[in-house]
Amino acid sequence: MKPFAALLDALIFMPSRNGKLRLMTEYFVTTPDPDRGYALAALTGDLNFRGAKPALVRQLVAERVDPELFGWSYDFVGDLAETAALIWPERPTNRDWPHLAEVVEALNGAGRAEVPALLAGWLDALDATGRWALLKLITGGLRVGVSARLAKTAVAAIGGQDVAEVEEVWHGLTLPYEPLFAWVEGRAERPNVAAGAGFRPLMLANPLEERDADSLDIALYRAEWKWDGIRVQMAAKGGERRIYSRTGDDISGAFPDLLEAMEFDAVVDGELLVLRDGAVAPFNDLQQRLNRKSVTAKMLRDYPAHVRLYDLLFEEEEDLRPLSFDARRLRLEQWHGRVAPKRTDLSPLIPVSDIESLRHLRAGARDQSIEGLMLKRADSPYLAGRPKGPWFKWKRDPLTLDVVLMYAQRGHGKRSSFYSDYTFGVWREEAAGGPILVPVGKAYSGFTDEELLRIDKWVRAHTTNRFGPVREVEPGLVFEVAFDSAHPSPRHKSGYALRFPRIHRIRWDKPIEEADRIEAVAGLVAV
Amino acid sequence: MRIPKPESWVEVRPEGLYVRPGRFHVDPTRPVPKAVITHGHADHARAGHKAVLATPGTLAIMAARYGVEEGQARQALSYGEPVNIGEVELRLHPAGHVLGSAQVSLTYRGSRIVVSGDYKRRRDPTCPPFEPVPCDVFVTEATFALPVFRHPPDSEEIGKLLHSLALFPERAHVVGVYALGKAQRVIRLLREAGYDAPIFIHGALQGLCALYEAQGVALGPLLPALAREKEEFRGRLVLAPPSAIADRWSRRLPEPVTAVASGWMRVRQRAKQRGVELPLVISDHADWDELCQTLADVGAPEIWVTHGREEALVHHARAQGIRARALALVGFEEEGQ
Repeated sequence: MKPFAALLDALIFMPSRNGKLRLMTEYFVTTPDPDRGYALAALTGDLNFRGAKPALVRQLVAERVDPELFGWSYDFVGDLAETAALIWPERPTNRDWPHLAEVVEALNGAGRAEVPALLAGWLDALDATGRWALLKLITGGLRVGVSARLAKTAVAAIGGQDVAEVEEVWHGLTLPYEPLFAWVEGRAERPNVAAGAGFRPLMLANPLEERDADSLDIALYRAEWKWDGIRVQMAAKGGERRIYSRTGDDISGAFPDLLEAMEFDAVVDGELLVLRDGAVAPFNDLQQRLNRKSVTAKMLRDYPAHVRLYDLLFEEEEDLRPLSFDARRLRLEQWHGRVAPKRTDLSPLIPVSDIESLRHLRAGARDQSIEGLMLKRADSPYLAGRPKGPWFKWKRDPLTLDVVLMYAQRGHGKRSSFYSDYTFGVWREEAAGGPILVPVGKAYSGFTDEELLRIDKWVRAHTTNRFGPVREVEPGLVFEVAFDSAHPSPRHKSGYALRFPRIHRIRWDKPIEEADRIEAVAGLVAV
Repeated sequence: MRIPKPESWVEVRPEGLYVRPGRFHVDPTRPVPKAVITHGHADHARAGHKAVLATPGTLAIMAARYGVEEGQARQALSYGEPVNIGEVELRLHPAGHVLGSAQVSLTYRGSRIVVSGDYKRRRDPTCPPFEPVPCDVFVTEATFALPVFRHPPDSEEIGKLLHSLALFPERAHVVGVYALGKAQRVIRLLREAGYDAPIFIHGALQGLCALYEAQGVALGPLLPALAREKEEFRGRLVLAPPSAIADRWSRRLPEPVTAVASGWMRVRQRAKQRGVELPLVISDHADWDELCQTLADVGAPEIWVTHGREEALVHHARAQGIRARALALVGFEEEGQ
């Protein structure tokens, strides 16, 4: 437990992604099996204990600590595992720290009635950090700022592999992943996995820069619309059905309507959309269905899910990924024609003649549901990750607004001494007293380090009010912000929200009176 | 002669604790005619009093902070030495908080009240240890009066800092410390752990470090962190007030590891919210166990609780059969270190 507790403690305070990776990789290299495998499962969220719930932790603490003192402490600390870890009155014990594997295996083998005594024994043997790690581990949700993917990336880094390689074999593996570590350490062959309905890493596209467009040999490419939903993979194999996000998170729980429609034995790649009467609903509607563990009948009715298919990865047992795009596309069309799964359709191919007509098409694509164009090489196999060259995304030009800086907030990590997060607004005419600024969004990217330094200085010199890490500034600085789309939203006082806003240009020269008005935002909301 | 009730001769006024038969205040938060000061932290030692009584160390700290205040009468009183003010006999006893810190023992017609100011019980190489004084009423702080606050041994925390220095030799390590007390204690602890390289200090720390040296606390080689090349800080220790760390001042440091030495660092989410990468749980205040131990050591039948988490300490004291009440004094810093 000691190395694991030290790892969690270091992770929670490490601000940088690379630092977190370094900590995890070091842990995996220096910790033997099976402890490291259990740690990996804890980090990826694949460890569950049924018998150990927060209520049990409360009950154990209540047996030893005055309830009033515990209540005040919990109010102050705000986190049950941490409160219990700090407040636990140790009783002298000769026991050593348990190994992580010992904890996991004992809990899995224990009957419900045995769990409290097991836990209490460990809590006495551990120190405050050890207790915290143990309680985080068993009550689920480590919250140390590590995604499942980052943990897998750290494992892949041991052998210099790509995370996609680990993801590919992941769903065929079982705890405590000894064959995985043996493989990344070069001591064994790649685990041979019949992955079933496991996740296959997606093939991703690189953005096409405007200057590169002309040098592209367009005859080698196929074009499709880039739909404005979220990329998903639907895997139905051997009676098991799963829907994954692009990073491999299982989102099946939120989409029973899609699961029901997956009457096939295949793995397909597509765009998840909300579709009403054949028309794609705004992204906002799709958002109502995302990040949910369960879904109500009303939501299923109001926001019907649909997948617009791009690709066919597996048809029954056949792995189609080595085939060319053209070959896969043909197979996709034949398969879809034959099986005709409900709640799906095919993303149509767009005839390509030359780059100019594509450019024209892309510029004209003002439909809310289209983000731009995808260009895919006709001869490209389906490769995991983001290989350079075979696939391009060619987004339509962003929308822009001239807005006024209203509040600036301190950044994090390297930026903690800079006011780097900016809330900005547009003018709204009031019945009395002339126009006022109403916030429409927040941006923290799109400027250079030199520009940041200059904005930071400006913010400090024009502060009118402070609220903790936030400074209110006098209206005086205009940003041109770029964003993908505008939506009605109750979250901002203006009644609108922008999607992916970033600073496009800093208009030191522009008088604030000439910044945009609320009507301009309303005009950009697509119907 | 009847022994007077404690609350009949020491009372809470808006400006602080007032000792009626001596006509003086203890740690008043506003200027008063006569003040007895427990220690030099700004929320206890304010400027502008007509007359001040304190230990020589505390008077030196106040002079360093406020200059020599014109027209102010200053009386130095060493630990243990008695002085009579009106009918009150007053003595100062070590509180173990910072250099010069004292508990104020007040005896009036057979009734004794000890005002402890801020205190801790563990060893501090920069000041003499807390002395329990038997009394009828013990007036105590409650900064860390929750059983979640158990400060680990200092050596462990200093060890964490030195380990990080070895692990990231390319990065500066900046430690947020309160300028009075914490800074000098951390430096002394580092020296005791064998760290003898020069330590860079922020300008706000210089005067007080020099004062400690003059009072006989050797701090080893210190260098001002002013006007230096970034490269000079790689692998070095830099001490600064916490407020400087998150601000522009810290930009002179190469990829700094941000540490803060404070009792609040015990709570991870608090440390994280402050952007701390290396929390060091080093406090000049008593933790929960020390507070409870002190109530037992002093053996007073009654306690008054000044500032902090009063309700928890009052609750604990009552459970031990000690009369207890919260004084609701105003003006002490919640985050006081």
